[in-house]
Amino acid sequence: MKIGLPKALLYYHYAPLWKAFFNELNVKVIESDNTTLKTLILGKEKSIDESCLALKIYLGHIEELKDKCDYILIPRIYSLTKSEQVCTNFNALYDIVRNTFPDIKILNYNIDIKHHHSEKSGFIKIGKELGFSIIESLEAYNKAKEIEKDYYKNEEKKAKEELRSNKTKILLLGHPYILNDNLIGKNITNYLEKNNISIIYSYQIPRDLIDFNCSKISTKIHFTMNKELLSAFNYFKDKVDGTIILTAFPCGPDSLSNEMIIRKRKKHPTISLTFEDLTNNTAVITRLESFLDMLKGGIHL
Amino acid sequence: MKQLVAFPQLGNYFNPIRKLITNTTHLKVIEMPKITKETISLGSKNSPDTVCVPFKYNLGNFIEALNKGATVLFQAGGGCRYRYYAEVQETILKDLGYNFTMYQIMEKDHLRFNELYSTMLKLNPYLTRRKLIKEIISTLIYIYYLDNIDIYIRKRVGFEKNKDSFKKIKDNFIKKANKENSIIKLTRLYHKAKKELRKVEINKPKDTLKVGIIGELYTAMEPFATYELEKLLASYNIEIKRFTNLSYLLWQKKLMTWFMKFKVRKYCKYTLGADGLDNVYRVYWLKKHKYDGIIHTKPTGCTPEIGAMPIIMNIAKDNNMPIIFLSFDEQTGVEGLNTRIEAFYDLLKIKKEEENGSKSRN
Repeated sequence: MKIGLPKALLYYHYAPLWKAFFNELNVKVIESDNTTLKTLILGKEKSIDESCLALKIYLGHIEELKDKCDYILIPRIYSLTKSEQVCTNFNALYDIVRNTFPDIKILNYNIDIKHHHSEKSGFIKIGKELGFSIIESLEAYNKAKEIEKDYYKNEEKKAKEELRSNKTKILLLGHPYILNDNLIGKNITNYLEKNNISIIYSYQIPRDLIDFNCSKISTKIHFTMNKELLSAFNYFKDKVDGTIILTAFPCGPDSLSNEMIIRKRKKHPTISLTFEDLTNNTAVITRLESFLDMLKGGIHL
Repeated sequence: MKQLVAFPQLGNYFNPIRKLITNTTHLKVIEMPKITKETISLGSKNSPDTVCVPFKYNLGNFIEALNKGATVLFQAGGGCRYRYYAEVQETILKDLGYNFTMYQIMEKDHLRFNELYSTMLKLNPYLTRRKLIKEIISTLIYIYYLDNIDIYIRKRVGFEKNKDSFKKIKDNFIKKANKENSIIKLTRLYHKAKKELRKVEINKPKDTLKVGIIGELYTAMEPFATYELEKLLASYNIEIKRFTNLSYLLWQKKLMTWFMKFKVRKYCKYTLGADGLDNVYRVYWLKKHKYDGIIHTKPTGCTPEIGAMPIIMNIAKDNNMPIIFLSFDEQTGVEGLNTRIEAFYDLLKIKKEEENGSKSRN
C-alpha cells in the first residue's frame, strides 16, 4: 500500500509528522515532485479562476500524484485552538478535492478543537482505516510528535546561526507553503543566496514566543497561521536588516494581516511581493534588486 | 458633549439596530446617508487592495460618519475575515487622524450576552441586565418581522399593479415601529401591515419564472452592493427567493447546520466555513421546490464562497439547475450586470418553454 503526499499547502506544516507516523507503521509513502510550471497549468485546469495560487498548485499536485498511489492524504482543519480559526480554504479542502476528483481514494482526518476533534483522534482514525489497532497508531503518533518537535527545534537553531553571521540578513515572511515552493519561494531564496545574503524564514520563530510577540502587533487576529507571521515579524524585526513579504494572490487572511504589518512596521525596510500565475520572474528579480540596493544604503547621486 | 454613535450600513437593518442602541445607551445615532459611489471610492482609497468589497464599503461608511462627528463606532464579527475587520479598520482610521473609540460585538465566533452587556456597560453605566435582555428580545422580534415582510414582498414585488404600493406599506411599518417600545404593540403593528400587504392588488401570470439568490451575506443583504439586483429581477417579472437575512444568520443557521450537512452528505462531509455549506444545501432546496434558476452573488475574493463554488457547480450540474455566478467589485458600472442578467433570463425562459412544450406534446 502506498500513500501519496501532495507537496503543497499543508505538506509544509505537517511533513515531518506525517512521514514519521507512516514510517513507524511501516507504510510506504510517496511524495509528489517539486512544483513545476506544468503542475500549475494542470492545477489551473482543475480549479476555478478566482481560487488562490497555492490551491491551484495543490490541485495540480494531486492530478500528478493520483495514479501513482492508493490513497492520498488530505486533512481538514477548522480550528487549531479553541478560539481561533484557519483560512476557510483549509475548512473546505477535503470537499473541494472530493468534488473535483470524484474517482480518487482519500485518507482524511479532521482537526477541529472547537468541536472536540483533536489531532490525536484524527491519526487514530487514519490508523484504523489502514488496519492498525488503536495502540499501534497511538504509539506511532506519539513518536512522530516528538520527531516533529525536534524538527522545529532544529529550525530554530538554524535561524539562530544565521542571525549570528556578519552578512546582510533578510527575513522572508510568508506561509511555509509559499516560501518553500519550488515555483514561488525558491526563485527568491536562490537569488538572495547568490547575492550572499543570509535568509531567516518566518516559520523559524520559537513556538512558545508566538502568542506574546503577536499581541504586540495585533490582539484580535483569529487566524492561527497568520499569528505566526505577525509574531515572526515582531520577533525578528530588530535582528534583521530588511523584510520581504511573500503572498499568493488572492490570499484572504494575508490581505488584512499584511496591512497590519505594513502599518506597524515603523521604519523597518519592508517590501511586499504578491504572486499570481507566474510565467517568468524577471519582474520579481528587478524589484528584489532595487530592494537590496536600498538596504545597502541606496544610490547616492 | 453627547457622544454620537455610528455603525456600518446593512440594508434595512439600520432601524432595529439603532433602536437597540438608543434605548440601551441613550446616545444619539447618526442618520447615515445612503451608500453612494462616493462612499466606495472613499473606502477603497484607504483599504488594502486585495481585501473583499464589504471591507471597503464599511470603511467608507465609517469615514462618512466620522466626518459628520461620530465618536463611537460599532463593528460586528463573523466566521470569515469579517471577524478581523474591526481591528484593521480601527488602525486605518486612527492612522488617518480621526479620534474615536471602536467597539466590536461578536469578538468570538458567536454573539454572547455577557460580552454585549460589558460593551454596553461602558457606554451606559446605569444599564441593567434586565433592561438589555428586554431590548434584545424586542430588537430580535423587530428584525424577524422586518424579514418576514421582506420575504412576502420579494415574492410579489415584480407583479404589483400600482408601483411602490408595497414599499409604502413597509416604510410606514418601519416608521411606526421605530417609535414603539412595547413588544405587544409591535406585534399588532406587524399584523396590521401584513393585512395591508395582502390587500395589495397583484397581477401574476400563471407560470412565472422563479429564481433563487444564494451567496455571500453582505452582497445578499445590502442592495447597493449588487446595484439593486433584486429590483432589476423584479423588472423582468421574476419571483425571487433570497435566503440570507439577519434572522437567518442570528439564530436559524445554528439550528439548521446538522440538517443541511445530512441532506448534502454526498457532496460535503464537513462545513466549508462561513456560509459555504448553506449555499450547497440551498441548491438542493431550490431544485426540490422547482425553481428555474439560481443566481450566486459574492464580492471578489470571498474565500469561503470560492471554496464552495466547485461543490456548488457539481451539485447544480447533477441536479440540472442553471446557475450564474456574479462577482461584485468596487467598480460601479451597471451595464455589464444588465447584459448578463438579460442573457440569463432569456436562457431560463427558453428552457421553461421547451419543458412545457415537450409536456404538452406528450
